Amino acid sequence: MIRFENVSKKFFSKDGEIVAVNNVSLNIKKGEVFGIIGFSGAGKSTLVRHINLLEHPTEGNIFFDNVNLTEANEKELRVFRRKIGMIFQQFNLFSQRTVLDNIVYPLELAGVGKKERIKRAEELLALVDLVDKKYSYPSQLSGGQKQRVAIARALATKPDVLLCDEATSALDPITTRSILGLLKEINEKLGVTIVIITHEMKVVEQICDRVAVMSEGVIEEAGNVKDVFLNPKSSTARRLIMPDDRVKYLYNDRRILRIAFEGQSSYLPVVSSLTIQCETMINILGANTENIGGKAYGQMLIEIPKEADKEKRIKQYLDEHGLYYEEGGGVNG
Amino acid sequence: MDKALIELLKSGVYETLYMTLISTLIAYVIGIPLGVIVYVTDTKGICKNRIVNFISGAIINIVRSVPFLILLVAILPFTRLVVGTTIGSDATIVPLVVAAAPFVARLVESSLKEVDAGVIEAAKAMGSSKIQIITKVILPEAKPSLLIGATIAVSTILGYSAMAGFVGGGGLGAIAINYGYYRYKTDVMLITVAFLVLIVQFFQEAGIRIVNKIDKRLR
Ligand SMILES: Nc1ncnc2c1ncn2[C@@H]1O[C@H](COP(=O)(O)OP(=O)(O)O)[C@@H](O)[C@H]1O
Ligand SMILES: [Mg+2]
Repeated sequence: MIRFENVSKKFFSKDGEIVAVNNVSLNIKKGEVFGIIGFSGAGKSTLVRHINLLEHPTEGNIFFDNVNLTEANEKELRVFRRKIGMIFQQFNLFSQRTVLDNIVYPLELAGVGKKERIKRAEELLALVDLVDKKYSYPSQLSGGQKQRVAIARALATKPDVLLCDEATSALDPITTRSILGLLKEINEKLGVTIVIITHEMKVVEQICDRVAVMSEGVIEEAGNVKDVFLNPKSSTARRLIMPDDRVKYLYNDRRILRIAFEGQSSYLPVVSSLTIQCETMINILGANTENIGGKAYGQMLIEIPKEADKEKRIKQYLDEHGLYYEEGGGVNG
Repeated sequence: MDKALIELLKSGVYETLYMTLISTLIAYVIGIPLGVIVYVTDTKGICKNRIVNFISGAIINIVRSVPFLILLVAILPFTRLVVGTTIGSDATIVPLVVAAAPFVARLVESSLKEVDAGVIEAAKAMGSSKIQIITKVILPEAKPSLLIGATIAVSTILGYSAMAGFVGGGGLGAIAINYGYYRYKTDVMLITVAFLVLIVQFFQEAGIRIVNKIDKRLR
């Protein structure tokens, strides 16, 4: 649906040339949730801004439904942009318009009649669960509510794609969860393809099907989220999954178990229970969890004990407690 | 106070308001487009254009750097061409507009610069044309700031109009100079000054109240 073909973007400034995007080829499929993860300055925003041609590539082509967007003129581009919604870290709502008038704006551009505009906006307000805020102004809303308005506004023209540039980075963990849940719902119910930029692995983990890891303008690796998680090939991916340095000490002959916490329990009892269960200290290789209202979200990597019975007991415990886990192979480091 | 003086002050206030408001209005008719042009053609603007930006910026700077009294005298032939005379309230409006329009353009430009770049980007991403971005996003978003600018413009133009009293302009400025300066009637001068202060206060207060009412960011 969206195809990058050898796209490069260079910025020229007084201090010289910056290659923000370096020869990227990428294929985003219809209906998927695609994540682009990387540290700040990696070029993620610049890359995604090519999808709606907010940025023109220095080299290469971008295809949207097999149409080469770099060849479209201004007017054609404006029509394409209605098929590509976008939301931002800072929400970017119109401060002097009510919630309703914010949502109606793209429909005004599209020349939709007044009655129909309001009807559509009300449907969207119901979708994002903000019906009672119709006549409020953005300054009267919380961050999460603002992002919901932005999502409703981005969906007004029934786009095929929704681009999310650090959409949850300004929100607290609970609100982040609920916004990501809403995005997933939009993806599943409305079939909207979603492209998510983030620097947080937990965002990718919660809703993405596939992920591309970006660093210094280059896509270092891309694949299914599970594969990248269990077997990160690039150093960037490894640093993102395990922010601490322990990963460096992983050896290929160690077997690793990844336990995913999805709010079923808290983190500490699991660790101590596992220790008691298999009568040995659990070697935690890394953890990337977050405590939200007493429940843990995220993941933990532990070393699987060499003794088969201990391994069995660990897995049994995890099964009993409904915790998802999987075995990861060699981490090449 | 004798009746004649009261009549004189009445017509002085009326003339001052007339000159100030008409000049402000015309200055805005010229200043808004000029301010918008300077803003959008800037290197960070939505219609980058070095040449247009340079020319409009130069016009603004040149006119703004000429002191008002000198400008007033320098354009006397032009004033006569437009209104047929060089004395009285109507004749004062011409130099007031010439002096105020570039000033207004800068006020407008600085108000527009306050509009969040992210909001403009969002509007672009939704498929707005450049005209739509200006009329439907930038100007409405800048409205409260534009209004504050307008109260500054009114006070400044009021001050200029009083200066014009020195060279045959009408209004309170002329009264202050004719009575207070040439005839040593200090009391009359003080009364006119008090009126000028009151008028400025009135516009400023009214402006702030309107802004508080319409600015949706303040709730
Ligand atoms: N308009 C621009 N002009 C010059 N440099 C830019 C511009 N936009 C981005 N860059 C540079 O490109 C690089 C990538 O930026 P960005 O895409 O914003 O990264 P990310 O979103 O991953 O944090 C950075 O070095 C940034 O300074
Ligand atoms: Mg970014």
